[in-house]
Amino acid sequence: MRVGPRRLPVAISDPAALPPLGLPGLNPVWSRLIEVTESGSAGGVTHGWHLLDNGPELDALGVIPVGTILCVHGNPTWSYLWRTLLASATEAAASGAPAWRVIAVDQLDMGFSARTGRFRPLARRVQDLADLTDALELAGSVITLGHDWGGVVSLGWAVDHPELLAGVMLLNTAVHQPAGDPIPAPLRLALGRGILGPATIATPAFLATTLALAHPPLSAAVKRGYRAPYRTSARRGGIGGFVADIPVALAHESRAELDRIAEGVRSVTVPTLLLWGPRDPIFSDRYLDDLVERMPHARVHRFEGAGHMLAEDADYAAAALLWLGDAVVGVPLESSGPVSGAVSGSVSVSVEPSETAVSGNLAAWAAAGTHPLWHYLDELQASDDTALVDMQPAPRAVSWRLLSLRVRQIAAGLVHIGVKPGDRVSLLVPPSADLTAVLYACVRIGAIVVVADAGLGLAGLTRAVRGARPDFIIGAAPGLLAARALGWPGRKISVAGFPAPMARLIGVEHTLAELISLGQARLIAGDGLPPEPAPSDAAAVLFTSGSTGPAKGVVYTHGQLSAVSRALSLQYGVGVGTGLVAGFAPFALLGPALGARSVTPDMDVTAPKTLTASAVASAVAAIDATVVFLSPAALVNVIATADALTPADHAALAGVQRFLSAGAPISESLLAQAAALMPEATAHTPYGMTEGLLMADITLEGIRAAAASVAQSKAVQAVAHDGESVPANLTANPAAHLTAHSTAHSTAHPAGGVCVGGSTATTRIRISALDASGASVGDLSEEPDVTGEIVVSAPHVKDHYDRLWLTERGSRRGGVSGERWHRTGDVGHLDSAGRLWVEGRMPHVIVAADGVVTPVGPEQRIETLPDVSRAAFVGVGPLGTQQQVAVLETVPPARRAHRAPEALAAAVRSMVGTPVAAVLVVPSLPTDIRHNSKIDRSRLSRWATGILSGGRWVKP
Amino acid sequence: MRVLVTGASGFLGRAVAARISAAGHEVRTFQRRPSGVPGVEDVHGSITTPADTPYAGLAYAVSGMHAVVHLAAKVSLTGDPAAFEAVNVGGTRTVVQAAADAGVSRFVYVSSPSVAHAGRSIMGSDALPAAPGQARGDYARTKARAELLALAADAPEFSVVAVRPHLVWGPGDTQLIDRIVDRARHGRLPLLGHGAALIDTTYVDNAASAIHAALDAAERVHGQSYVITNGEPRPIAELLAGICGAANVPAPAWRVPASAARAAGSLIEAIWRARPGTDEPPMTRFLAEQLSTAHWFDQRRTRADLAWTPEVSLDEGFARLAAHYRPVA
Repeated sequence: MRVGPRRLPVAISDPAALPPLGLPGLNPVWSRLIEVTESGSAGGVTHGWHLLDNGPELDALGVIPVGTILCVHGNPTWSYLWRTLLASATEAAASGAPAWRVIAVDQLDMGFSARTGRFRPLARRVQDLADLTDALELAGSVITLGHDWGGVVSLGWAVDHPELLAGVMLLNTAVHQPAGDPIPAPLRLALGRGILGPATIATPAFLATTLALAHPPLSAAVKRGYRAPYRTSARRGGIGGFVADIPVALAHESRAELDRIAEGVRSVTVPTLLLWGPRDPIFSDRYLDDLVERMPHARVHRFEGAGHMLAEDADYAAAALLWLGDAVVGVPLESSGPVSGAVSGSVSVSVEPSETAVSGNLAAWAAAGTHPLWHYLDELQASDDTALVDMQPAPRAVSWRLLSLRVRQIAAGLVHIGVKPGDRVSLLVPPSADLTAVLYACVRIGAIVVVADAGLGLAGLTRAVRGARPDFIIGAAPGLLAARALGWPGRKISVAGFPAPMARLIGVEHTLAELISLGQARLIAGDGLPPEPAPSDAAAVLFTSGSTGPAKGVVYTHGQLSAVSRALSLQYGVGVGTGLVAGFAPFALLGPALGARSVTPDMDVTAPKTLTASAVASAVAAIDATVVFLSPAALVNVIATADALTPADHAALAGVQRFLSAGAPISESLLAQAAALMPEATAHTPYGMTEGLLMADITLEGIRAAAASVAQSKAVQAVAHDGESVPANLTANPAAHLTAHSTAHSTAHPAGGVCVGGSTATTRIRISALDASGASVGDLSEEPDVTGEIVVSAPHVKDHYDRLWLTERGSRRGGVSGERWHRTGDVGHLDSAGRLWVEGRMPHVIVAADGVVTPVGPEQRIETLPDVSRAAFVGVGPLGTQQQVAVLETVPPARRAHRAPEALAAAVRSMVGTPVAAVLVVPSLPTDIRHNSKIDRSRLSRWATGILSGGRWVKP
Repeated sequence: MRVLVTGASGFLGRAVAARISAAGHEVRTFQRRPSGVPGVEDVHGSITTPADTPYAGLAYAVSGMHAVVHLAAKVSLTGDPAAFEAVNVGGTRTVVQAAADAGVSRFVYVSSPSVAHAGRSIMGSDALPAAPGQARGDYARTKARAELLALAADAPEFSVVAVRPHLVWGPGDTQLIDRIVDRARHGRLPLLGHGAALIDTTYVDNAASAIHAALDAAERVHGQSYVITNGEPRPIAELLAGICGAANVPAPAWRVPASAARAAGSLIEAIWRARPGTDEPPMTRFLAEQLSTAHWFDQRRTRADLAWTPEVSLDEGFARLAAHYRPVA
């Protein structure tokens, strides 16, 4: 079957022209027309091209470009798509950064290039572009940049010009349509008989539909810009031609060319950047997967929330120039002249996901002082000691022998059904012996486990699981039903058995029991497990809480996960023979990796508030636990239900030596109440994040000592203040606290904060001081009492963010080669005793005219007022001249939001010490879903801005 | 330095003349009434004197001066548009010309933030160019034109600076404070909207010291406009409560929706325009907008360029106001 041009109206011929003046963002000096001879044409047929070129601007600046970015638009757009890149590249060159010449073409029959009157299939278009670059005598380093079907054309050019090619950049595109896979529904519709012509040519519907894909919607002026070359149906012939050229069938005339390009791409070794908008109904993530599979060296950034019109939805130009600076210009910037050969081929990329290439596995593990995660499953495989206890439905002990066997059986079963090293397996199983066995089976065979918390909510979880693109989903019924209902990708495996019709309905291919028997058969047949993964291989993708923007996937290698368990072992003495109550998810799973005997208490893990004191006591008794890990939310309920404890329960809890509250900050009083239930235990609370799970640790005694040092320093300051004449006005400079060195010999810092203790054994904590604009630009330093961003390094810090190259780059801090320094996004300071104090989140730093103010200190001081139960301290107005605003929850809670009465406002002002513009009262402060403890100050700031500009009283 | 201050019988003008005089400068004032400022030379006259009597007293007033601070203006919420035009635009043109002719080298024009205000909230923006076309009301429109024409006269030998103090208040202010206190005392002071709009104000001593600083900095910062405030925005309701508290009168206890106040203001304004008389209407659309939308400014450029910081905080200002209203025992 041939699909294509025959159904289209005959296109007209029309010469190239310049765009009209006044299109938003389009500088008329960029536009030029060039007549190009069509290669292979009899008698030298020529066509007029319109293109945008910032070359003349660069000449005028007197700079020599380091290379050329050749931009190819898709359908139905035109070079207008790339206007931001032209502007940004010229601006960067003007400011002294490496100069990039940007040439953005209008493909023939498109934009303001000529209407050739002839259908131009893919192969012709690839050749057309080559004809143009020949005519332009393009030389030196060329970076191709394409979007939509322009991506295919640009890749065709890239494959054909290895001698010029220095890099490849792509926005949402595709080079391969797997046979048998349906093409995207919107295109199927457009290609339908009787639709193609009308939809794409006769009416501007296809154009309008494409423009409507922008998030947020395009302004009317920009839409006019996109429509400018396509005002009449005669000028839209190319749009229909492009759609008709989509090779939907094997017999399509462009199929061979597409396949040639798709295969050719595999030999592209130059630096590659894929920028992607996931909200694209046409080029969905599966095409991104295909591209990554063909170009595994590519850097990938998915702009959460952006879609097909990524060039409009996100600042792709800034990302592209940043990447070019890193990857193509390279770290050594000495060679800034035109460099043709030097940059192509293997170019060093400064941001590698893993620094350590490992040859000998055992040697690598030994060097790191860690074991593989499955080490004790091998070592203790003949032991009848208890490895795990499941409390639900009734306490059930699992020996090391059984756990080890199950893990090997499931591992073999997974191999049997086709799970390969590097495949991603999403685990939607509640903490249990099943989850533990599945997890260790996956990591043993080199599959990458994807762990997202149900606390993200269904929408967040869907985004997370889709973004993590699992090859397999292993789940219990609720997870699998959600996966089915919401169309999550991946072959599905159930931990429980389902009746066959139900299994078919949910799309379950296998059950865990089947895997075990398949694996057992395989082991008996002598087919052993595959080779063990190396420490540098990816082991897990953990999702962040989403309390600071869309949840991000965080990739850990085997070496790094083992380092997490080593850090736990060093900090809390958990090892072989330790009994561990694992009520906090990430750490709970590491029990077997530590050789510890672990138990998950009876609770609904998606609702930690359901954990009772009796359940903890039973769990402790079940394995003679000496160590207890809990989350703060769980701890609240444990304390609330302590009255139900029996004398036997109390006796069991008295055996606990250490307990840990992890996941969110916890108050001293809460920790103290919990400690009272476990009188022999040391109470700990760690500081960390999904990207670095155990960075610092403090005990209850440590918290009390820190509080005492604050009180002491306040006394010292009060004495100091008595001697000073207080100025008439409030010129007390908050910045002075943050930048000046403390003159009093106190250990506490006037900026305040929550003391989270000293760094853990293998962690280094440094501060990058804030400048007057609130940016953390200071060198990494251990100097006490300097407020800045908290930057951490440890063997157990994450490897990289998943498909978030830009985020990853932003989270890194330079240092010694081979060291990984992670910017936490938290702001705080170290004290002279080396303890870390957290003062808030970087985006919540208030940048006032006379300096930066961090929120936690003022909040703590306000919360000492008897009328205030909780406070948030936020900035309102432009950065650099922000006003400080306090938003309060009061005792008793307010019924609706209002301005604080004058007396309360005065009390707040007297506590804060820096100028407070307004004090507002709300019924409740907005907090994150997962922990209900992290106040969403950004949202409060937007809300307060509305109220304080005279807007209506709404809920924050 | 010999300095001429026009409009020195007004609330701010008096403070400016006194401040500059206290700094050791020789101060002459020019207005229709006695300034009442000790130690200065008063010259009486009008800036709207017709051109056929060449400058009359003004010519004498500017003679021998090094600098002029021009405050004289028609400050009112309503009135005859021609009068605004004559005093604020015509008068400023006359004074600028007289100063230039007399060889004055520094000229400080005292303007108003309303010259660049189109009725929307202002949250932390710096001084924008004066825009007579967008300004609300005759006062703001004529002040905007006057600022533009003063700055247009800026030249190497004639440094012109425009300063725009926002809502100047303090003890002895009959324009703003006394009216608020008077209304509040009679229970006729409503709160417009919910009273949370952030408003920045200028305590009179700070306005005076800023104008003095602009005079000192004129050669360095000529051709520029600067907004002057305390840099301490507060919700309008807190400001009114602070003023009422200082005067020991009840704070506003009743509210009028901002939109209703704006509409009523427009209506009242129209009636007052048609009605003979010279008293001020109780509410105008301009005032309603001023009191129900945010008005606070980025003061960084002002403070850096003028090398000035406010000396009297808002709370200290309220304390001084309270002392002013306290009955003498």
